[in-house]
Amino acid sequence: MTSNVNNPLIELQGLTKEYGTGQAVMHALRGIDLRIGEGEFVAVMGPSGSGKSTCMNILGCLDTATAGAYRFKEVEVNRLSRAQRTLLRRFYIGFVFQDYNLLNRTSAMENVELPLIYRGVSARERRTRAFNALETVGLKGWETHTPGELSGGQQQRVAIARAIVTKPAILFADEPTGNLDTARSREIMELLTGLNGEQGVTIVMVTHEPDMAAYANRIVLFRDGLVESDK
Amino acid sequence: MLWNTVLLASREIRRNVLRSVLTILGIVIGVSAVIIMVTIGGGATVQVKQQIASMGSNLLMINPGKRLGPGQSTGNIPFKRSDAEAIASDIGSLSAVAATSSQSCKAVFGNQNWSTQVTGSDNPYFTVTNRSIKAGRQFTESEARSGAAVCIIGETVVNKLFGSQDAIGEKIRLNGTSSSSTTSTGSSGSNSSSSTSKDSSDTTSGSGTTSSKLSCEVIGILEAKGQSTMGTDQDDIVVIPLNTYQRRIAGSQDVGFIQVSVQEGVPTEKVQQDIWRLLRVRRHLSPSDDDNFNVMDMKEIVNMLTGTTQLLTALLSAVAAVSLLVGGIGIMNIMLVSVTERTREIGIRLAIGALEREVLMQFLVEAVVLSSFGGLIGIVLALAGSAWLAGMLRVPFVFNAGIVVVAFLFSATVGVIFGYFPALKAARLDPIEALRHE
Ligand SMILES: Nc1ncnc2c1ncn2[C@@H]1O[C@H](COP(=O)(O)OP(=O)(O)OP(=O)(O)O)[C@@H](O)[C@H]1O
Ligand SMILES: [Mg+2]
Repeated sequence: MTSNVNNPLIELQGLTKEYGTGQAVMHALRGIDLRIGEGEFVAVMGPSGSGKSTCMNILGCLDTATAGAYRFKEVEVNRLSRAQRTLLRRFYIGFVFQDYNLLNRTSAMENVELPLIYRGVSARERRTRAFNALETVGLKGWETHTPGELSGGQQQRVAIARAIVTKPAILFADEPTGNLDTARSREIMELLTGLNGEQGVTIVMVTHEPDMAAYANRIVLFRDGLVESDK
Repeated sequence: MLWNTVLLASREIRRNVLRSVLTILGIVIGVSAVIIMVTIGGGATVQVKQQIASMGSNLLMINPGKRLGPGQSTGNIPFKRSDAEAIASDIGSLSAVAATSSQSCKAVFGNQNWSTQVTGSDNPYFTVTNRSIKAGRQFTESEARSGAAVCIIGETVVNKLFGSQDAIGEKIRLNGTSSSSTTSTGSSGSNSSSSTSKDSSDTTSGSGTTSSKLSCEVIGILEAKGQSTMGTDQDDIVVIPLNTYQRRIAGSQDVGFIQVSVQEGVPTEKVQQDIWRLLRVRRHLSPSDDDNFNVMDMKEIVNMLTGTTQLLTALLSAVAAVSLLVGGIGIMNIMLVSVTERTREIGIRLAIGALEREVLMQFLVEAVVLSSFGGLIGIVLALAGSAWLAGMLRVPFVFNAGIVVVAFLFSATVGVIFGYFPALKAARLDPIEALRHE
């Protein structure tokens, strides 16, 4: 698949986010304009505190913007109710956190199954799909292990499996390789490239490392809550 | 949808075994403590009421000494048989007067022996204590007068000595131990008559030279009466004629106490006064002297005991309420301690697409399952526990459905409130805030 700029999956116009009020107000995003087409693999880079995570959380419908427009599949997200945004997450979005956010004391299998339970997928299909997702991320044989029994890289792969098991339209990943060594990072990047190339999953990924950004076909650079460059 | 909620809730319960167990434990403790306390307290009250009902009406108890209880302080001048006879002849409106002494003795039959209470009294005793003879007969006039070696025994003694065997006509041996006498406080050196051992049934062959021995024939068995208000077994008794008791067991002419039953419809206060006046004269007390005996209306004693029981029940209930509260606070603690972890869990669930309503439903199911499970265990434990305790304390087991329901509802409410409300707060957050929670 190729990018379709005329009919973007995501469109941001003058998106701002402020934390706090009055004197202590903190402008995390100062007006972001961005369009991401279906099938793209975008890397978001920029110095620490430039607003990358803030932007990702809003894109992933985990947080709400202060002002500006966010259109997802031409739907005005800011006008949606809480429940509607939840359903958007449930059916279209996969999110990979830098710190994994897996359920403690819960097997890899059950962690990956979780989004399918909320989607109402039958138990049998759930197991097959979770099993396959874990196989895709190279964790075959680790299904019964809990996060406490897995390495950081393995936990990140469980988190990725959980994000892709629903076959989302778009996958957001906030520094998915931030905690991993180079070899592990490359494995994850290969995995993401594969998902993007073979299954056409749109991917937006935050990273600090140019090596990792090189896997993407577009790099967006953030600075002080604004998009500095886009290529 | 509902099934999925139950699935998620049960997974979460299994994952947090310690938290779940502690929650259940809190509820179990609260529920069972309340039920046990109230059930036992209720049983004790019922028992006292039964006692009042079974007691002969208008019973007066005359004891030497100033206070309640026979032979409590030394130096009391004991009564004589003549005191009882004087009361019977001088005071009207009485239906029976019984002069009674008792002490604990070992009763022996064959190779069975049993420590019991031997009571020396005559036929009026059965009237004043409202007891009837189940099998056999009362004492005859001549048996009472001559001090014959005959006895009427209670159910417990029958069971301990004879088992299922027929006791009537058999001979049992009574070995009195002078140390545990309850009446002959003022009279020592009284075993001169017993050591001569010229009984008709000369079975004495063993040791025990200092104790009195008597072999007597069982002529009657008392109807069972159960436990007394003070908690003693009223069927653990051997009754022999007073003369027999004085000569062969106590070795003195003393009488422990006198019981008087007043005729129906006659006010006991007046009779009480008359007896008091008569005894003061008979005991040569000048107007300035203090009483050295007391005349008590048994109803007063019972009322006092009923009051005590009710106070005890109130006290037990207060203790129970505290344990319920402690259980509740325990649950609250566990829930609050886990709020951070649970808020993060809620954040994760919301982030991957769970609706607020679904998350709350899961928490509600969890809380309800744990609380009702704990409640049910608590109820079962409490009922088993109070049945056992009632048996141990010999009070009737009175099932109180009301308190079971109240205890269950209270604990379940505590469990649900503290399980559900932290979740309510967390589920309203934006997922990212819930995830950031510390
Ligand atoms: N919850 C919050 N409350 C207040 N300020 C916040 C909050 N979250 C982020 N910020 C501020 O917003 C700015 C942007 O933060 P953000 O996390 O988006 O940066 P980032 O580009 O992801 O940085 P990094 O590369 O270190 O992850 C920062 O200055 C940060 O201090
Ligand atoms: Mg960040």
